[in-house]
Order: sequence, then structure tokens, then C-alpha cells
Amino acid sequence: MNNSITYRESVRQAIRDAMLQDERVFLMGEDVGHYGGCFAVSMGLQKEFGEDRIIDTPLSESAFTGAGIGAAMNGMRPIVEIMSVNFSLLALDQIMNNAATIFHMSGGQFNVPLVIRMATGGGKQLAAQHSHSLEGWYAHIPGLKVLTPATIQDAYYMLGLALSDPNPVLVFENPLLYNSKGTLNTKLTPVEIGKALVHKDGKDITIISYGISLFKSLEAAEVLAKEGIDAEVIDLRSLRPLDDETIINSIKKTHRVIIVDEGWKSGSISAEIMARINEQAFYELDAPMRRVCSVEVPIPYAKHLEDAALPQPEKIVAMAKQILEEL
Amino acid sequence: MSKIDLDITLAQKFYHEMLLIRRFEEKCVELYSNQKIRGFLHLYIGEEAIAVGVMNALTKEDSVLTTYREHGQALARGVPANSIMAEMFGKVEGSSRGRGGSMHIFDSKTRFFGGNAIVGGALPLAVGMALADKMLNKNRVTVCFFGDGAVAEGEFHESLNLASLWNLPILFVCENNRYGMGTALEISESETDISKKAASYKINSKQVDGMSVIDVHDATKEAIKFIRSNKAPVFLECLTYRFRAHSMFDAELYRDKSEVQEWKKKDPLLVLQNRLEKLKLWDQVNVVVIEKEVLAIVDEAVQFAENGTLEPVSDLEKFVYSQEVAHEQ
Repeated sequence: MNNSITYRESVRQAIRDAMLQDERVFLMGEDVGHYGGCFAVSMGLQKEFGEDRIIDTPLSESAFTGAGIGAAMNGMRPIVEIMSVNFSLLALDQIMNNAATIFHMSGGQFNVPLVIRMATGGGKQLAAQHSHSLEGWYAHIPGLKVLTPATIQDAYYMLGLALSDPNPVLVFENPLLYNSKGTLNTKLTPVEIGKALVHKDGKDITIISYGISLFKSLEAAEVLAKEGIDAEVIDLRSLRPLDDETIINSIKKTHRVIIVDEGWKSGSISAEIMARINEQAFYELDAPMRRVCSVEVPIPYAKHLEDAALPQPEKIVAMAKQILEEL
Repeated sequence: MSKIDLDITLAQKFYHEMLLIRRFEEKCVELYSNQKIRGFLHLYIGEEAIAVGVMNALTKEDSVLTTYREHGQALARGVPANSIMAEMFGKVEGSSRGRGGSMHIFDSKTRFFGGNAIVGGALPLAVGMALADKMLNKNRVTVCFFGDGAVAEGEFHESLNLASLWNLPILFVCENNRYGMGTALEISESETDISKKAASYKINSKQVDGMSVIDVHDATKEAIKFIRSNKAPVFLECLTYRFRAHSMFDAELYRDKSEVQEWKKKDPLLVLQNRLEKLKLWDQVNVVVIEKEVLAIVDEAVQFAENGTLEPVSDLEKFVYSQEVAHEQ
């Protein structure tokens, strides 16, 4: 038991423990070594494990991500760190055309047991090339698993689960969470990949979210509680696979739903969730499904505009009230 | 294998393997016309000397990654003709259970890590495979084949840089057949001497006559020796020519027939024959017998593929995710 640890320290401890347990695990990415990681996640690890296991790469996202795939196919268990999801687009060819397809194209002969970690999300005034939430895009792709740890506990456990998975797993970390503090209990049984968690029970409306939006949703639920609205809050944890069961069970209880996602609405994971609810629980709904997503603009720099572009607790509260007013 | 100590057994093997590729590919054309093979089909005719020369210098432990024009490499590496043909027929007995087709031959037994149909897409994988071998202290070499078209891709430059920077045991084999699909090298590259690009990354690099199996084999043996002893990559630019169209959909409007005819004079089968004739060894190669043996292999492959089974549609969603690592490498 470790009281008061940050999300950043939790990820670092997960990397460290994985490397101590398995010699095949190594970390590779831009500035992960000498610099200590662009968000200081891997600070100190190169000193402990050496330059051969904490590998600084050049600015070659495609080549070092592909190298991670090749190393995974050839007996290693690499963790590739990509600074941000926007930069991962430079490696999209490798992720989509190789990591996601080789097990299938080879008729089940070659696995790609690779973990790719990357930062996602806005809120730091980094404008339109560093702030997007594209994890929903990746969740479109069969062959990949897409994880979105929000809590200190998941920040630690999901890395280990991802490393022990024989498939390529993408882990999306929101840098605004790196300084969040909480309790890490390393004696618990990890909650498996693909399982969503109900963070707060409620009976009036379901709020489905993941990543940083979980905390915005919980904040909204607190405000709603003061007004007599009992919201249930779900952390998806994994966007692929999606835990349909937990979602549908909640809908059967509350009959109303909001999906909160920092991605844009069009062609998004929030749209996918709505489609699944429609397919599996349409007659359980007492009101139309609603979403709180990012406004469909490239994320702007100016603080007031960025705040307005992203999902916020007030927007979730307003949306919940609107739904509950509908018959 | 210099002229003096030319091993006639090996020369016979080269001829056999090159002719097998030639006849196999010719059969593929026929089967494509009969609609037995579908999708894209890229033929290796004219380039046989490279696959055969390179593969014969490798050990079973070495790893091979290649392109979508890879039937030749697969055959030369020892992937059974039966399973390659069955793959193209879309049968479950195929090398990838019919999931890959002509462009995606994979075979774990021969460490054949795939035909990759994204130009340049295999180069980063090769870097990673060699990195794994280095980290695991394995004495393996990773061989990566690609064409001149890949040279224009960013992944080529990123991968060469990493291979050199990290001293990785990789043999880069550039099959320069002068055209990226229908665009001539001169139209796509400011520097058409590809070996120079590799040298600029401080990689031991040379040009080889890709129409001569003996030259390719000699260069590869030397390269592998260098890689194993220096723990550093080598780059071979093999100058070659594709005698057939890019794929079955190519009307070949971009090149002159006379150019094709000129290169056919350097047919790798002829080049080997001429070399052996000069050494007065050609009469030891029984072409009639080899031809017969090769045709028998091709015929058997077609029979095998014909008799193969189609995977039930109920299995469609298999091989997307796995529960465990199938073959730990």
C-alpha cells in the first residue's frame, strides 16, 4: 500500500516493476532517457536500467514504432512511448498496416505483443497540433486494444496487463492527470482489459466517460446530487474492446444516458456507444441519448476558447438536466 | 565462390531454384488468367538471381522480411511451393491460411516474416527484429528486401539511420529494378545511385550485378560475414530488371519494348549458363532433368492448391486477437 502517489509515479512504477520482472521489457521513445521523458514519466529509469533498456530514439516515429513491432515479433516485450497522439499519426502506417494486421495476415503465425503509450487530450493551451483526442480513431481498428487509464490504480495496472497481452495494446494517458494524487494498492487483483467500472452508483441517469472526462463526470454528478439527481458514472477504461454489458446493464437501470468524450462527435467512439445502445437496449430508453463532446474545431490556443471547446462539468450538468426534463 | 573454386553442386542448385521461380511465376500468370488466383499478382521474373543468391548465404536462424513481390524470396527461402500456391488460391492449407494472398506470404518455420505490401513498411520491422536479436544476444542476421521505390519513403531513411546508429545486424537488400510501379528512378530520385544514400548513413554499402546469382551470392556471403563480425549493417544495391509488367493490371506504357529486350539478354538463367560455359562446367548441368523436376514441383503445387479446402466462413473472425503468443521467436 502506498498512500499519496501521483499518476506519473504510478506509471513509472509500473514500467519499473515490469522491467524488473521481465528482461524482455524495454522502453523506447523520444527523450525517454537523458531528458527523463517529455512529461517526466521515465525520470531516473535510464540511470537504473541503462541506455540499452531505456532507449532514446531520434524523431522517427514511424521507424521506432515499427522497430517496436519488429522487436515484439522477435521475442521482446517493448514499450514504445510516443509524445502525443498527434505525433502518432507519423507512425499510423506502422500501427495500422503492421501492428494491427500481421497476426491476421500471417494466419495466426506471428504475434505483436507490443505496448504503445502516448499522451492525449487538451487543456494545456498547446493548440491544434498537440491537444487532440484521437483514441477513438484507434478504437476503430480490429487487431488493436485501446486502453484509457484514468485512475492511479489503472495507471499502474493497465501497463502490466498490456504487457502480458499477446496483442498490440495502445495506452492513452492524459498529461493533465500526471500530477493527480491518489492511493495505489499493488496487492489488488487487476481489473481485466475490456472491463468498464461503475465509479458511482446512481438510478436517474448514466454518464459514460473515460480518461480525464471521468473526473469531469464525477464532478458533474456531485453537482447533480445536490439538486436531487442521482447519476451513475461509468469509466469505460477500454475503448476496444468496449464493455457492452456494463453499459447496457446501467441503461436498464437508469433508462437515460449521456456520453462524455473529448473526441469530436462525428464518427466517434461516443457515436459508436450510442449505436450499440440503440442496437441492444433501444426499448430501455426513456429519453434520447445525448453527448458532451469537444466542439468540432481544431483545439484553439486561447484559454477561454479552449475551455469552451472541451467538455466541462457545467455542460454535463446542463445536459443531464435537459434529459431529465424530457419525457 | 570465385571463378576458380566455383562449386558446381551449388551452381546446379542456383539454376534449379531460379528455374523453379521462373516456372512457378509463369504458372501463376496462367492461373491468374483462369481466375484461380485473384487480387494483385506481382511477378519476380527477371529478378530471380537476387533471392536465390541471397538466401543461399543465410542460415536457418536468420530472419527474412520482404515486399509484395515475394514468391521468389519465399521459394528460395524454402517455403514449400505447395503452401505458397494454396495461399494464392485462398485455401486454408496456404502459408497464411488464405488470409494474406500473393502479397502476404508468411512462414514461421523458415523465419519468413512476410511479404509487406506497404512500400518501405518492412524496413522499421527489420530494425526492430535486429534490435531484439542484439538485446537477446542471438547471432542472427535480419535480411530486409525492398525495391528502389522504397528509397523515396521516409521510413527508408529513418530505418537506415537507426540501423547504423544502433549497430544492428541487418542486411538491406535493395532490388533496384529501375521502376517504382511505372515511374522511372530518374523521375523520382535526385540521386539515382542508391548505394550512396546508404553510405551517407555510414553503412557499408555496395552495388552488385543483380542479374548474376554468383555475384549476388558472393556479395551476400561477404556481407553476412561483415555483419556478424562487426555487429553492423550492410547495404547491397542489386541492379536488376523486371521482365514482366508491374502487376497483372499494368499495360506497360512507361517503358520501351526495346529496353525490355536489352535486359532480357542479361536474363539471370542465361548469365549463369554463360558463366558456366566459359568455365566448361555447363555440360555438368542437366537442364532437361532440372526442367522436369521443377515442372513437377509446380504441377504438384497446383494440384495441392486445387485440392485444398476453403476455411469455413464461421471462422472469419479468427486471428484478429490471440490468447497467447503462438510462436515465441
